[in-house]
Amino acid sequence: MSFEYAPAPESRAIVDIKPSYGLFVDGEFVEAKRSFKTINPATEEVLAEVAEASADDVDRAVAAARRAYDAVWGPMPGTERAKYLFRIARLIQERSRELAVLESIDNGKPIRESRDVDLPLVAAHFFYYAGWADKLAYAGFGADPRPLGVAGQVIPWNFPLLMLAWKIAPALACGNTVVLKPAETTPLTALAFAEICAQAELPPGVVNIVTGAGETGRALVEHPGIDKVAFTGSTEVGRQIARSVAGTDKRLTLELGGKAANIVFDDAPLDQAVEGIVNGIFFNQGHVCCAGSRLLVQESVAEELLDRLKARMATLRVGDPLDKNTDVGAINSAAQLSKIRELSDSGEAEGATRWAPACELPERGFWFPPTVFTGVAASHRIAREEIFGPVLSALTFRTPAEAIEKANNTPYGLSAGIWTDKGSRILWMAERLRAGVVWANTFNKFDPASPFGGYKESGFGREGGRHGLEAYLR
Amino acid sequence: MSERLSVRKTYKLFIGGAFPRSESGRTVIVNDAKGRLLANAARASRKDVRDAVVAARKAQSGWAARTGYNRGQILYRIAEMLEGRRGQFVEELRDTGLGKAAAAAEVDAAIDRWVWYAGWADKIAQVTGSANAVSGPFFNFSTPEPTGVVGVVAPDSPLLGLVSVIAPVIVTGNTAVVVASEPGPLPAITLAEVLATSDVPGGVVNLLTGHRAELAPWLASHQDVNAIDLAGAPDDLAADCARAAADNLKRVRRPAAGDWTADPGTARMTAFLETKTVWHPVGV
Amino acid sequence: MPDLSTFAEAAISPAELRGFLRGLPPVDQVGAEERAARLATRSIKTSAKAYAIDLAISMVDLTTLEGADTPGKVRALCAKAAHPDPADASVPKVAAVCVYSDLVGEAAGALKGTGVGVASVATAFPSGRAPLDAKLADTRRAIDDGASEIDMVIDRGAFLAGDYQKVYDEIVAIKAECGDVHLKVILETGELVTYDNVRRASWLAMLAGADFIKTSTGKVSPAATLPVTLVMLEAVRDFRARTGRQIGVKPAGGIRTTKDAIKYLVLVNETAGPDWLSPDWFRLGASSLLNDLLMQRRKLTTGVYGGPDYFTLD
Repeated sequence: MSFEYAPAPESRAIVDIKPSYGLFVDGEFVEAKRSFKTINPATEEVLAEVAEASADDVDRAVAAARRAYDAVWGPMPGTERAKYLFRIARLIQERSRELAVLESIDNGKPIRESRDVDLPLVAAHFFYYAGWADKLAYAGFGADPRPLGVAGQVIPWNFPLLMLAWKIAPALACGNTVVLKPAETTPLTALAFAEICAQAELPPGVVNIVTGAGETGRALVEHPGIDKVAFTGSTEVGRQIARSVAGTDKRLTLELGGKAANIVFDDAPLDQAVEGIVNGIFFNQGHVCCAGSRLLVQESVAEELLDRLKARMATLRVGDPLDKNTDVGAINSAAQLSKIRELSDSGEAEGATRWAPACELPERGFWFPPTVFTGVAASHRIAREEIFGPVLSALTFRTPAEAIEKANNTPYGLSAGIWTDKGSRILWMAERLRAGVVWANTFNKFDPASPFGGYKESGFGREGGRHGLEAYLR
Repeated sequence: MSERLSVRKTYKLFIGGAFPRSESGRTVIVNDAKGRLLANAARASRKDVRDAVVAARKAQSGWAARTGYNRGQILYRIAEMLEGRRGQFVEELRDTGLGKAAAAAEVDAAIDRWVWYAGWADKIAQVTGSANAVSGPFFNFSTPEPTGVVGVVAPDSPLLGLVSVIAPVIVTGNTAVVVASEPGPLPAITLAEVLATSDVPGGVVNLLTGHRAELAPWLASHQDVNAIDLAGAPDDLAADCARAAADNLKRVRRPAAGDWTADPGTARMTAFLETKTVWHPVGV
Repeated sequence: MPDLSTFAEAAISPAELRGFLRGLPPVDQVGAEERAARLATRSIKTSAKAYAIDLAISMVDLTTLEGADTPGKVRALCAKAAHPDPADASVPKVAAVCVYSDLVGEAAGALKGTGVGVASVATAFPSGRAPLDAKLADTRRAIDDGASEIDMVIDRGAFLAGDYQKVYDEIVAIKAECGDVHLKVILETGELVTYDNVRRASWLAMLAGADFIKTSTGKVSPAATLPVTLVMLEAVRDFRARTGRQIGVKPAGGIRTTKDAIKYLVLVNETAGPDWLSPDWFRLGASSLLNDLLMQRRKLTTGVYGGPDYFTLD
């Protein structure tokens, strides 16, 4: 007999998913002409019908946001705005278990992560920015910083509620009103958030949620009535948005893709480095823009490290996102799964060696085992393109200078990791890495007080911290 | 008795610390306010843009690696050199049509602007950086870093405007490829002579004269340029450049009507800074 | 790097030993604690819990190490060790009873034929501050009286002073005295303070011939913690990978509840691996833990919450 962990599923009973959802505009749920289905990626079960906002619907949402900005939210003293945001933060804490379960059902991420990472950070983000609302004059953006007006915000499916928090909390704290479009595969927690806004008695029109796919997003960012576009998503869509706002007065911040190097030196704390590599690429199934998808390991320790890594990967538990012991959940969509498969196949075709631990994957749903490629050359597609899945590409280097050269040799520049016991080397490396976030002897850490955002084609602007206010003030 | 015939200056480009003619061999005629020929200034081409970007890229990491103190000293040295050539700049500005007092005031303001920005070199990080109180056993700090190579479409204010867009770009460690004012290019080249004698490493500032509409789009679309300041671009050119700049997600500073004599603030510096945030565990 | 296979037999120089220990990969405190905390969130339910509880009972070194220990107290403890729940014969016996060396004879007599081991703390427990010949005599006496396991303490003073050789030599000497008797080496991690020290001390003890490495005496706070045990489990895992020799681990002190015990078993399962999930390779040094394990076990089998009055207090 061996120590097999029995299933430990979190109860679904705590969430009440309605058969259909409207758009949240001007404080009310309203119908739309068309709708789409959102599914549970772990089972392919249809969860709900969700309204698909047309250009006219977006127009109504922007108009509602404008009215709320002019009449209520813009003129409201910061102290009052702060209290609304604190209320929202508390409501999120009170409903966090429900929201975590809902997030895992709609997104496929393990409940351990939605419960221990996403939801605590969501509440913390609202708490953090609530406190700024009445202190903006001290933020270093002038004595009387003013809001921009109406912000159009488009967020991705990898951290649905957390990305919503990153967008809405600073916007509202600064006095803007928002129209937010969640991703089409993960709309449910944003709609639950709409309910929370109503429970907090937030004035109608301050937050509007328009669900839909790319066309809805386009209608929003191209709407002439918005003053600000904030987007998190792929670099390709980011480029299109940057083109579309050219020649307008709209302010723009973009948080795009990445291909982060996670650099391990031979004097590193190896056991913690292995955890950092695992956390860097298998956290959230690798659906993380700042994922440590390129492992750069010093040749002198490569074999030992990779052996340890594989042994550790073999202990990862892949499966039911609602099981409290699951480490790696479901891939968010069929489309994403096929992209991961296509890139992984290219890795093998280009000559890299694929390894994954034996793991039984459920029959239904979208799954991909945690995978590492060794013998990867810098020219391989899996070393250059963002896979956005649980796939790690391992490369080697010999000297610190070579590590920097390889790490920076990418159009992306979102994040990077350094593992070494030598303090001066950490600082030397951190100084030279062209990336907006550098994790030294840790990885994938997030905090509302910590600015996050990219260099180069990973986008511009920062979210989090005092720096995050700049995107919503003039 | 006849007056001595003056020796005229050939106005060339400034690329990588050298003063080449345009590779195109073309020039633009620059007249003074009364229509007399002042110079056949170089008319830079897309290949000159290309060469200037190469020079700027080559110089960037070394310039950024200098200490703030050192960059500040060099910017202050530019002010010293400009002061020494005060008379020459006043004359050149008068040629563009400014009255004597206005020309003198503009030169004074330009000198003072270098001094103002010089002092920022070792202070901007303290104003825009931070230690961040994260909820966990981590030391977390954010520091500003230069964006890299910045394309600058300079405004028509031929000296003060020019200085006001170059200084904030380079003081933080960026390097610049600058398209000078189209109607008033000569002070830009004379400024290049000042830069060349002020310990500014070659390639940190590269100055091109010629047609904005011809040069700016090449800067905007160049994949090895990280940011572009469209200060002197008319609206339609600015929109085209912003669209082209989207290809590699350049940071774009749009043109904005402004008074170059006003307090510049920090916005022009922060527009071309990246924020880097570093985390490290705190333990024993 | 020295050839590890020769460490135990041949003399190695103090410089070589120091060099080797300092060359071990460092431990990042925050990362190690994070990993231990994450493993502690594993949810062990139903059949897994039943398995874990019986395994934990079989791994207990039922311990009494008080100045007030008496023969009567030790005899009662031994009875409990052999039959933890007299009402339920399916409850496994514990691994060993752990006492001071002067009470070994009492325990050995009481446990004769039960299959429960007799562990004796020795070597001037808990401080370790005594001359080597006193430590050797202490050990010899315990073995003569019937101890099947010796729990020695290392000289933390020497370790912290950097005199690794002295610590090493002492362990070698005690091991020689032990012969076939199992030697557990107590690192007293609460006094070593850093995880780097815990890792070095673990390797030092293993190289010198320890059969088990043990966290604590229970007399110093903090005693056993999850991250300390994690670091020690990594050490035994890596030691086996390099030498082929498997070493056991024993956290001791402060483990009071079933929940705690299960966290340790998860740690073993996912760090050193299932090979260590047996009383031969993992022990829990505890006194009050056993009753909580019994209470939880009865809850699982009967579905009713129990109370302390239904379990004996020895």
